[in-house]
Amino acid sequence: MKYASLLLLIPAFAAAQSSSQGNAENGKRLFMRDSCWECHGTVGQGSRDGARIAATSLSLQGVIRYVRRPAGAMPAFSEKVVSDRDLTDIYAYLKSLPPPKPSKDIPLLNQAKNE
Amino acid sequence: MAKAKTGKASGHSSKPSGHGRRGFLKGVAAGAAALVAKPSAVSAQQAQTGPARRPAAPLPSATQVAFETGTPPETAQVYHTDRPGADFMVDVLKSLNFDYIFANPGSSFRGLQESFINYGGNKDPEWITCCHEESSIAMAHGYFKIEGKPILCMAHGTVGLQHASMAIYNAYADRVPVYLILGNEQDIAFRRSDVEWTHSVQDAASMVRDYTKWDDTPVTLRHFAESAVRAYKIAMTPPMEPVVIVAGGALQEEPMPEEDRKALRIPKLATTTPPAGDPNAVAELAKMLVNAQNPVIVAGRVARTPNGIGLLTELAETIQAPVQDRRFRMNFPTRHPLYNSGSVPEADLVLGLEVPDFWYVTHAQTPINRMGMESHSTVKPGTKLATITASDLFSRSNYQDFGRYAEVDLAIAADAEATLPSLIEACKKLITPDRKRAMEERGKRLAERHKQNRDRDFEAAAAGFDASPVSTARMAAELWNQIRHEDWSLVSDLTFVSWWPLRLWEFDKHYQYIGGHGAYGIGYGAPAAVGAALANKKHGRLTVNIQCDGDLNYAPGVLWTAAHHNIPLLNIMHNNRGYHQERMFLADMACRAGRDVEKTHIGVALDHPNINYATMAKAYGMYSAGPIENPNDLGPAIKAALEVVKKGEPALIDLVTQPR
Repeated sequence: MKYASLLLLIPAFAAAQSSSQGNAENGKRLFMRDSCWECHGTVGQGSRDGARIAATSLSLQGVIRYVRRPAGAMPAFSEKVVSDRDLTDIYAYLKSLPPPKPSKDIPLLNQAKNE
Repeated sequence: MAKAKTGKASGHSSKPSGHGRRGFLKGVAAGAAALVAKPSAVSAQQAQTGPARRPAAPLPSATQVAFETGTPPETAQVYHTDRPGADFMVDVLKSLNFDYIFANPGSSFRGLQESFINYGGNKDPEWITCCHEESSIAMAHGYFKIEGKPILCMAHGTVGLQHASMAIYNAYADRVPVYLILGNEQDIAFRRSDVEWTHSVQDAASMVRDYTKWDDTPVTLRHFAESAVRAYKIAMTPPMEPVVIVAGGALQEEPMPEEDRKALRIPKLATTTPPAGDPNAVAELAKMLVNAQNPVIVAGRVARTPNGIGLLTELAETIQAPVQDRRFRMNFPTRHPLYNSGSVPEADLVLGLEVPDFWYVTHAQTPINRMGMESHSTVKPGTKLATITASDLFSRSNYQDFGRYAEVDLAIAADAEATLPSLIEACKKLITPDRKRAMEERGKRLAERHKQNRDRDFEAAAAGFDASPVSTARMAAELWNQIRHEDWSLVSDLTFVSWWPLRLWEFDKHYQYIGGHGAYGIGYGAPAAVGAALANKKHGRLTVNIQCDGDLNYAPGVLWTAAHHNIPLLNIMHNNRGYHQERMFLADMACRAGRDVEKTHIGVALDHPNINYATMAKAYGMYSAGPIENPNDLGPAIKAALEVVKKGEPALIDLVTQPR
């Protein structure tokens, strides 16, 4: 019986990772493969070359639109380079990343800011 | 006095036993007299028939005849001299008060090197051994930006200069004087082997003439003295730039001529006063600044001396104008309310102070992600533009570091720092009570914006704070935690680490930040840090360098120079395992062509295998730690490395980081 309940859990878990909104695990792989990390950082934290996109507040459609026709200097990724399907997985990865803590909760930053 | 074959007089010398040099030459002279007698006989004969015809060319001397028709006569067996020409050169160069000589050795300046070491006592200047000529120049570049004094560098006039050339261009573009002496042998008679032929050149400085300010090839010691002093004066006149003197090998190594010993003197150096702006133009600019509703000052390389920071702060505070810092130097205190709190698109007056790329301050272009090129102004119609820059007094044309032509309303051709005192006074005289009130209101708004910018930076730093590879914000925060109470100096360019130290730390002293390469020639970073650290050493400062991996790989031997000469320096690697800027550009190109970005690591990634910079540093005799990938390991590693650096030694931490 114990094992049967575990078996019931597995599909639920798998569903969370591979929802219709994308597969975060595959999204992480694509995020690295398609060079997104080069400007946005490996955890989407952002840099001088790319915005912070971890836990983005944009919708999936908003991200797809932006990736195809970016307003700034970001390379424009066409469907040939990264498909909507792949972007859906990448989006799932970004949404799976935790938002950053407030700087006041990080002692090193809190100290640097307020000294 | 008998002369040597090359026309140089011999000096005091010890003679070998046997056939003396003067005796030999007497014999040659007698033979030459016999040769000369023949043309007279011919002339006598011609006198009977008509006027003598002048020979088409002078008759050869006896020495030349002997040299060209038989076995060359045995030259003088002179083994020693008590005064090679290089000794006098050392006297001249010492008068210029260099602290050090940075050089990778070269036979073409062996005479000078030996004279500096022995005759000069290897002191003031002291010889610093470099493993690459590019390192020696870049070390001089970093040294100057801390100490404000040029360094004497030496190199072969051919292969050495070829190595050094990128670093010279960097210094040129960054307005830094480097004093470079090239060894060369102009006289073919003194080239003793094929090595010395391949190391000789007709015009040694020509290779770098497009990015140096002045050069000369003296032919006598008197000439050397004047040119050496003149070169220093020119180098140190704003805009300051590298200069080159070519020192002939024989001029260095052969004995100083007897007559020169009594006659030679060292010319007095008179340094120029830096050019200040025309008073009428300064008055006009003051009026513009005081009357503007939203003036913005853009700072390039304003603070040429430590005084520059105080002067720029006084100007900004007088008129309550924000200072947008282009980060070419330490120009303005980073926690001042007027630091980076302005907006060029909102301005009605933009003043550029020693800004090399002023056009880019006021324009935007089509970005690389789309085809074609259009540009447009980013300032409002009617906005006034003004510049003060010494670059308007001097520029070359071949290398395009001067940037796009900037259409401005007022261009003051002068050194910005030298002009600031009169500009500040002129502004003060014009400020009425009404203007003062308006400025104070503006100041309050700018202070609020500065605070918001700062808050935003700290929240941005929190993103990815615990990530592996380690975030560059985390690196900056960990470093600041341990150096903030020291007398520290950060000597690296910060572009590739998203400027985190400038955004999180508190900078207010001129030596705390020295800008970057000048011409974006990568390979500047490691040696410039060593040079800057050497300048800081006598002041007891803690020097920190955030070292990019690609940069270090060009000439890592500079790590040995730091270890060998006990130069205290904390190097912390920004090891993102590649030439990351070019990697991003390749992704840009692939996207433009609608092609696979997956292969854009080819030719740019530095992995498989990963380079272990801790092992590299150890190989050069330097304390090291790492590679570190866990951010929690970084604090303890910095603590241990700082203990080494505070004892007067360099250290390196290999930190694997986020790409930017």
